Formats: sequence, C-alpha cells, structure tokens
Amino acid sequence: MSLQSRHLLGLDGVPKQDIELILDTAVSFKEVLERPIKKVPPLQGKTIANLFFESSTRTRISFELAERRLSADVVSFAAAGSSVSKGETLKDTARNIEAMKIDMVVIRHASAGAAHFLSRVVKANVLNAGDGAHEHPTQALLDMFTLREKYGTLKGLRVCIVGDVLHSRVARSNIFGLTTMGVEVSLCGPATLMPRHIEQLGVRVFNTLDDVIPSVDVLNVLRVQLERQQGGFFPSLREYHRFFGVTKERVDRAGRAITIMHPGPINRDVELSADLADGEHSVILEQVTNGVAVRMAALYLLGTSSK
Amino acid sequence: MNYLLKHARIIDPVTGTDEQLNLLIVDGTIDRLGANLSAAKGVEEVDLSGKLIAPGFVDMHVHLREPGFEHKETIESGCRSAAQGGFTAVCCMPNTNPTIDDESVARYVIEKGKQVCDGFVDVYPIAAATKGRQGEELSPMAELTHAGAVGFSDDGAPIASANTMRLALEYSSMFGIPIIQHAEDPSMTKGGSMNEGVVSMRLGIPGIPPIAEELMIGRDIALLRYVPKAKYHVAHISTRRSTDLVRSAKQEGLAVSAEVTPHHFTLTDEVVASFDTNTKMNPPLRTADDVEAMKEALRDGVIDVIATDHAPHTIDEKEVEYSQAPFGIVGLETAIGLSIAELVRQRFLSLLQLVEKFSTNPRRILSLPQIRIEAGQPANLTILDHEIEWTVDTTRFSSKSKNSPFHGRRLQGKAVGIFNHGRLRRVV
Amino acid sequence: MKRAKIIDATTFSRTVNRVVHEILERNKVAEQLALVGIRNRGQFLARRLAAKIKEMENIDVPVGILDITLYRDDLHGRLDQPKLQSSEILFDISGKVIVLVDDVLFTGRTVRSALNALMDIGRPALIQLLVLIDRGHRELPIKADFIGKSVPTAIQQEVQVMMTDVDEEDAVYLNDAELREVKP
Repeated sequence: MSLQSRHLLGLDGVPKQDIELILDTAVSFKEVLERPIKKVPPLQGKTIANLFFESSTRTRISFELAERRLSADVVSFAAAGSSVSKGETLKDTARNIEAMKIDMVVIRHASAGAAHFLSRVVKANVLNAGDGAHEHPTQALLDMFTLREKYGTLKGLRVCIVGDVLHSRVARSNIFGLTTMGVEVSLCGPATLMPRHIEQLGVRVFNTLDDVIPSVDVLNVLRVQLERQQGGFFPSLREYHRFFGVTKERVDRAGRAITIMHPGPINRDVELSADLADGEHSVILEQVTNGVAVRMAALYLLGTSSK
Repeated sequence: MNYLLKHARIIDPVTGTDEQLNLLIVDGTIDRLGANLSAAKGVEEVDLSGKLIAPGFVDMHVHLREPGFEHKETIESGCRSAAQGGFTAVCCMPNTNPTIDDESVARYVIEKGKQVCDGFVDVYPIAAATKGRQGEELSPMAELTHAGAVGFSDDGAPIASANTMRLALEYSSMFGIPIIQHAEDPSMTKGGSMNEGVVSMRLGIPGIPPIAEELMIGRDIALLRYVPKAKYHVAHISTRRSTDLVRSAKQEGLAVSAEVTPHHFTLTDEVVASFDTNTKMNPPLRTADDVEAMKEALRDGVIDVIATDHAPHTIDEKEVEYSQAPFGIVGLETAIGLSIAELVRQRFLSLLQLVEKFSTNPRRILSLPQIRIEAGQPANLTILDHEIEWTVDTTRFSSKSKNSPFHGRRLQGKAVGIFNHGRLRRVV
Repeated sequence: MKRAKIIDATTFSRTVNRVVHEILERNKVAEQLALVGIRNRGQFLARRLAAKIKEMENIDVPVGILDITLYRDDLHGRLDQPKLQSSEILFDISGKVIVLVDDVLFTGRTVRSALNALMDIGRPALIQLLVLIDRGHRELPIKADFIGKSVPTAIQQEVQVMMTDVDEEDAVYLNDAELREVKP
C-alpha cells in the first residue's frame, strides 16, 4: 500500500484509494498523539525543510510538530529575513536544497504552481502547504479526516463551502477531495468571489446562505481576506457580514445541528460569529488537532515510500 | 554569383504561378524561368527536386530585443534565427530600451540589420504609436515613417485610451501605415497569467478573460468606422469572437487585417496545467474551440497573416514561479513546421494560401515591396521542404533564447534555404 | 516441495497450556501481569493466553495489541509499504510486568522494534518475551523467556503459524524454500 505519487502537490486527480490511505494512516497517528510520548521513529535520519515563502504561523507549526513527532530533522525558514527577500530565486533555493541533501520539502508560496515547479527541479519529496489560489491539500485532508471521524463516512455527506472561493486554495483542494469521496459539495458567496465555470467541478453554487443552509450537514467557512475589499470584490465588511456572515441566527433556522468548520485564522464576527465558532457544533479545534495527525500520515507515507 | 535553381515547384500567389520550373538568377535578379533551362558557365546549379520556392517569407511580429535587452536576443541572433526559420524579412516591435519612438532608434535598427547576418534578413522596424509606449502622446509618426518604420504599435501594451487610438488612426492614415493593436483591455487583465476559463479555475491562476481582447477589438473597429481612411491591424488574435468581429468588419469594407501566431492555432490552455512557464504568453493560450476558430479564420481569409510574436527570454528569466515569469516564446524557427503540420496537412490551407499568409499578405498590409517570381525581379526567396518531418530541439536554435513549449514536438516542413540580396543561404 | 506439519491442533493447545503454566510459575503475583501481542498473530496468541489464565486462575489479565510498523528498521526502500495500523493498549503499562507475545522468533528485529515501541508508551517494571516458535538465526542479542517449541530451521525455510482466529486450523508448518513465493 503506497501513494501513487512521490509528492503531495494537490488533490486534483488524486484517486480515492490514496485519499483513503492517508486518512486511514492518520487514524493510527492520532492514536500516537494520545500517548504520553508523542514521538515515533519512522523518519529518523531524514531531513525536512519547511520553506514558507508566505507567512503562516499555524500551518508551519503544524507541519513542524508532525515532522518532529516522526523523528525527522527539521529546518524551517520563513520569507522575511531569508535569502528570498534578498532576491534569491526559487530555482536557486531549490538548488541549495539539493546541495544540502534534504530529503523532503514542505513549501508554502504565493504563486500557483510553485510546489510543482519545485518537484520538477529537486529530488526531494515535495509537499504543498499552499500555492497561491491553487491547492492546499493537507488542509482539505484534515477537513475530510475531521468529517469522517464525526460522521463515520464521507459518502453522501452534504458540505457547503462559504466565502471567497475565487482566491481560496482551501476551497479548491476541498472540492477536489470531497467530490472524489462522494460528498455533495455546494458553494456560497458573493458572485464576484465565485470563479467562472466552477460548476464544472460538480458543485452547486448559491449566492444566499438561507437557500443553502437547510440542505447541508456542514458549513466550511472560509476566511475573508481583508485586501479583497480593496480589490473591489465586495463593497464593505459590514455588508459582507450581513449577507454572507455565518451566524447562529441563520444556522438555527435550519432546525438541526450543522457542523461548523473553519481553516483559520478566524475573523470573528465577520465571516463567522463568535458564538458559532466556540459553539457545540464547531469542530474548529479538532481540525487543528487532526492537522498534525494528517500531516504525519502524509509525511510518513511519502517519506518511507520507495518511489 | 549566378545560380540555376532546378526542379523546384515554384509557388507565387502574386503572379499566379504554381508549377515545376528552373530558375536562373543572375546577379541577384531573376533572369529567366523555364522548364528546360540549363546552366551556362559560372552558374552554380542547385538541385531542388521535391522542394518549393516561394516569395521570401516575412514575420511581421518579432521582438529582436536590441537595443536594451541583448541578453535575450540581438538583431544579429534574431536575424540568424529568422534565416534558420526561412524568413527573408522581419518586422521588429518597438518595446526595446530605448523604445523605437524616435528616428534615431529606427535608423539604428535598420542599419544594424543590414550589417548582421550578411544582410540576408531585411529588418523593418515597427515604431511605437505613442511616446515611450505610454499610450498618451503620439510618437513622431512622420519622422518615423521617413526613417523607415513600416507600422505603429505599442505592442506588449494596448493603446488603451479611446481618444489616443482615434488620434493615432487619424494621424497614421496620412502615411497609409497601419496601427497594429495589442488588443487587451488592461483594466480586466491585471495580474492575469493565463486564459480565464475552466483550466484557470482549476489551477487557481489569475485569468486573462477573452472578453478583454474582444472588447478592445470591438472598440477599435468602431473607431475605424469613425476614421475610415486609417488602416488597422489586430496583432496576435486569439479568440473565436475576435475573429467574428474581424470577419464582420471586413464584410463591412473596413481596412482591418489580422494576424495569428502558430501557438494560438496549435496549443490550448490545457498545457498550462504543467505549470511550464513556456506556456505563458500574452495573449494567453485559449480553448480548443478558439484554436479551431483560428484555423477556420485562416482558411476563410479573415486572418491574413501568420506571425510568430517571437519573444525571446533567457532560461533564468523563464525558470521561475508561473506568476513571476515573463510572457512569450520564441517562434521563428518553428513557424513553418507548425503551420504545415497544423494547417496544410489538416487541409485548412493550401500551400499557395500558406505562402500568402507568410509573404504576400504581410507585405501588402505593411506596404513592403511585393515579391514577384518573374524575370527582371530581384530574387527574394524562401525555399522549403514541405514534406520533411523533424523533431524540435531547442538546444539547436539559432536564437539566443530557447523558451519554446515545442521542444520534442514532431513537425512537418522546414526551410532549406533563403535567397536574398544576390546570395543563397542554406539552412542546415 | 516439502511442507511438514510440526505442530497439530492438539499439540498447539497443549503448548499454550504449558506456557501459561510457565508464565504463572515465573510471575507469582498475577495481578501485575499484562499481555501485549505483536500484530498480527501475536495478538491472537495473547488473547488465547489471557483466556487460559482466566480459566485457570480466574484473573482478568489485560491484553494489548502492538503495531510495530513505525519502529521497523526496514521501513525505507521497501517496495511494498507495510500498512500502518494503530496500537491498542488501553491500560497504563507503567509498573506492569509485560509479557510480549509473538508467534515466531527469528532474527530478533521485530522484538527490538516492539521493545522500542513499548518504551515509548510507558515504563514497564519488567518485560518478558513469549514466542510460540523459536526458529533460531538471531541477528540481535535477544532471547525468549517462554518458548512453545524450539525448531531448528534452515535460513531459507519458512515457519508458518496458523490460528483459527484468521486461518482454518491451529497448526504450525515448516515450509521448504521452493514453497516460498519467489518474486522476480
């Protein structure tokens, strides 16, 4: 049992059995994380570089934790203060990685395709920790893991992704992964933040939360990037909150429990009301916990594969 | 040196010739054509059995990068690349540094063209339509025309202001020189790296919507209707609706013409999924339906010209993140092979029509000397092997740059030589 | 092609009974005892032992399952990636006398992995090793405390333990080299 690819660049085109393998493996790692000693040795002697060209504290910490708990040697660098801000190209960075004999690379980058680029120029296994608005596969995997844990199965589940789908790698990876696993996916957000042709991925598009909430089990609420307002995609945060903010009042109208997810960090009371974020149906903190297990699974499967 | 070119099929749309003839060239001038000419003393005989002779091809959309960006290409390396690709003339775009918006720069480019590559390739500058290609004040078009500019364009950038475009059309109409528009509404394309469509949606790459091109062409055609004496040429057309707009403007009798690049009738935006930056160009690669529309429009005469938009960039410039990479690919050395493989072999164009798109039409649009293969005319010829199949190897390009998505692709047809200014240059 | 049944169902049962006696004889205070079976057949064997102890002494000895995949020393470069499964040890092993149970003791590498895995879970007072078959050819200095049967083998032979939990019978076979599936 091993993954088809030696990299994890995205979920577009990744077969169901690979997603299942990662999720199943993550179950075992979640058990490891509940032990008094949370460290296991399978990546002993492997060196992993975390290249975060775009700042992201929580994803980086989650990956670092996962790597250290697999006993890998870890080097991390963030864009600010690194050679990248001094004008070094990604290709030169990649060559340096080769020269330093690094086994695996985790990369976060503002440009779509950066992880693909790296996978072409280095021998190391590459894990995409987010490339532009393209993909963020481990986030989608941890979302799926959290849902599978809660509901037992993904098949037939109804998930709505709410917010700025246009600029969201989390949305894309979730759509690719969830539809592969047989989840019924819908999207809801302002028309200006819905990519043209997105229906072709097998999702339904709504522009009113009240139309979609009654027919879903889960709301995965995306973060509103404040700079999008300056880009003219919506007129004001107030208006966004009033029409696309996920609030207790709106959700309660469904008359049954709806699971609330968010990839973080949350703009409280903008895209998601605080009472829902902290409420009994929120799985936001489980997502964080599961993130480490899922990343351990992905790192383990790629790092011990002979491909 | 005198030559007897034997047994080639001579195709000349201007004289209406399409037959196998021998061609005697004396001191660079066509002396005689005939079925049974034989060589006199001191005449070099060249057997061209199975080959074609056509009026010299011209690529009316080339970036030679000199002055200013000689690390990408020079007039010399660009001309060598053109000769290798079978062109006896190129028209170079003004986005150099300094810009070709001044007589002196235009003269420099022309003079340099005569010095390099044994003068085999005629270099005709296309000058900026506005000063510094800023889209605001008109360039000194009269002086530039006098210096030898054959067209006006801010290529790389559109002439975005409607009023500037109106003035450019009016002013250029005095010289009978076309405005060549890079048709793109810049307010809709900021940050875009590829065609906006299903593929860009999947890849999360910011898109360049096809409508940004169509809006600009539509506006320009309306302006042309308002300034009917002007000549307007659409550079690198890329969408089906754009061809529809040009088609109806032509039916209306407006002086509009259009060119397409070989990559826009060959590749679709699906290839961007590789994130190979050699698939990044502006206008971007479009959909399969658009590719089909390019071929139909070529067949129907809506698109007059095949031009390469030869845009050299170094490996270091191109081997970066997709969003960071510059637009453009080199095209001179693959143009004929792609055109025969995609258009002639697929019966969209006859060989005669192909010659029109590469020679007769661009010369007509830019008022360049029209080549006639008949006695008394200067010999300016492209010699082709239209049957040969070959594989593109970018490492063997004469261009300084190797940025092509066609490396490893099988093509059909290749120039075997060019003849210009009294001498034969064989392509190896 | 030779396949010899070296232990049949009756002997199997008697062997289990005998080693249970040995365990109880060695560990006078059975309250501290816990059994940890190594996946896959070690866990079934551990359950059999626990059931026998219950039958004989009416004591519930906790049984855990240990997955040693993450601790294997041949994890890298294998063509068939072993499927990772969870360990299920739902009691605190610290201070306990752990009897580690596996079906066959061969090179000792599995036991080494299991010891490391156990140490990461807690700090047992004592670890003893029980195996159904000791076939020799140790590559590490490891010795079993309780042995069902010592079987001298050639290195290319295969010892196949079958248990009704997953197989059609309780038995142990010694298979000759040519019976092993040889992958090109």
